[in-house]
Amino acid sequence: MKKIFQVKLWKKTKSLAKKEAIDGYIFILPWLLGLFIFTVYPLIASFMISFTDWDIFNPPSLIGIKNYTTMFKESDFWQSIKVTMIYSTFAIPLGLMVSLILAMLLNLKVKGSGFFRTLVYAPAVISGVASSLLWMWIFNPDFGLINFVLSKLGIDGPQWLLSPNWALSAFVIMSLWTAGGSAVIYLAGLRNIPQQMYEAAEIDGANKWQQFTKITLPLITPITFFLLVMGVIGSFQIFTQSYVMTNGGPNRATLFYVLYLYNQSFRNYFMGYGCALGWILFAIILIFTLLIFKSSSIWVYYESERGK
Amino acid sequence: MNQKEESRMVISNIQNWIKTKRGQELLHKALGLVFLSIIILIILLPLFWMLSTSLKGRAQTFAFPPQWIPNPIKWENYPKALTIMPFYIYFKNTMIITLGNVIGSVLSCSLVAYGFARLRFSGRNVLFIIMLSTLMIPYQITLIPMFILFQKIGWVNTFKPLIVPGFFGDPFLIFLMRQYFMSIPRELDDAAKIDGCNNFQIFYKIILPNSKPAIILVIVFKFIWTWNDFLAPLIYLNDASKYTLSIGLASFQGRFFTDWNLMMAASLVVMIPCLIVFFFGQKQLIEGISTTGLKG
Repeated sequence: MKKIFQVKLWKKTKSLAKKEAIDGYIFILPWLLGLFIFTVYPLIASFMISFTDWDIFNPPSLIGIKNYTTMFKESDFWQSIKVTMIYSTFAIPLGLMVSLILAMLLNLKVKGSGFFRTLVYAPAVISGVASSLLWMWIFNPDFGLINFVLSKLGIDGPQWLLSPNWALSAFVIMSLWTAGGSAVIYLAGLRNIPQQMYEAAEIDGANKWQQFTKITLPLITPITFFLLVMGVIGSFQIFTQSYVMTNGGPNRATLFYVLYLYNQSFRNYFMGYGCALGWILFAIILIFTLLIFKSSSIWVYYESERGK
Repeated sequence: MNQKEESRMVISNIQNWIKTKRGQELLHKALGLVFLSIIILIILLPLFWMLSTSLKGRAQTFAFPPQWIPNPIKWENYPKALTIMPFYIYFKNTMIITLGNVIGSVLSCSLVAYGFARLRFSGRNVLFIIMLSTLMIPYQITLIPMFILFQKIGWVNTFKPLIVPGFFGDPFLIFLMRQYFMSIPRELDDAAKIDGCNNFQIFYKIILPNSKPAIILVIVFKFIWTWNDFLAPLIYLNDASKYTLSIGLASFQGRFFTDWNLMMAASLVVMIPCLIVFFFGQKQLIEGISTTGLKG
């Protein structure tokens, strides 16, 4: 009896690694199942649907690549690309600049900087419909906060969300309100820069501006890189603001890509076309991310390169 | 004459002091602080403007120049705004969906993160990289097939499509948790193993109790994301009785688009739970974000 028990114990020890592996798969099972149900399956389905004409109510009919070819003839499609591109071109670099300035100010060793950090970050947690409504009111041409402040400076403010020329600028300004989110990431990067580098530069006679361009900027490029990638992914997926504040108007001036996708899929029920739009969105994001990755060897400074 | 001389002396003394290194540093700090205060005032101004508008009478909102402190203060805007739309129902719906997601995420993300952080199995690294790369896939591409699937199984117009996916982990949160679990000393696991604990016991007796900051981080992130989510509830919920606060607010805007005082009151109330959760978990949230940013 005792012998059998010992043999069992020995076998158990031997199979411990196997057991750990089985446990491993059990632990990651939720994500693994989710990967197939919520990513792999819909990706395949979306790809197939994108070659059909389907309104959900009737059976789908195969139409080949027609969804993709008609897309390039749609002026709304090009408009949505243009709007999203222009928005990204301004919102992403401006956002990076503002967050870096904020981070540098938060990096001053003053009392209560933790409290300031919290305040700066706060707008980033209230994005959504509520903040869209707030900004609609702020941009109200006659009674809004912005035009009131401008009138104090003697400027006759524009019509903002009601003007095709200004509506997109309003979206960019609004996006800067949440720059605190990235400022916090920059701040962590600034705190990682060894103080001795600045001291050495000072001994060599470098002024503050030189220290900024020669030490601070290069050393935080990995963070700029990360924020740039996240910024591109995020700005191509803007939806709530444009749906709530302008619904794409006036005169399609704020027809963001995902709003166009939503309108085509869930207002007009062009499911096949919507899936094709989804794939083009994915392709655009991939291309930009790859471009940023490819270019990174030129401008991103990595710790491991030091001393090379 | 004498006084003038004296003030000139004081000024030149100050000028000399500013030229010293310590003086320079203090001056920089002071200027920075002033600048920072101005920026923080600008950041807070929209919120103050919101609060101010929410306490005005309707006619007062259309006064120019605007009044900062409303007179009289109309507290009754709040009960009014919250009864014009079925606020209580929307609040309850949003809470159910949000709490469901928070519970689902804490459970699933911590389990998966433990698997990736502590257990050895073949294909682990490849799977981990696959998980991270799914972060690049835009949600919109899977939206239509998921909608069609949920419609086929009769889940459209229920909370299920908004809650159930939360129980299958979120790549970003799993990543954050895994990083945290890796920082817990392995000796703790080994000690428990010697005491005869299996992996599941180690997970909930050793790892979870030592991971409070990471759990708080997941709670705060998931709460804020789900609470503010708009596209998914917009697509899946048709019945007004099933609406979330986001959807309710958006439709409220359509019907009462000139009642800015009521709209601001309602929006502010909708924001408050997120702000409360943020202020409770802000330390973990900000630190968590900072560290991932650095690793990315």
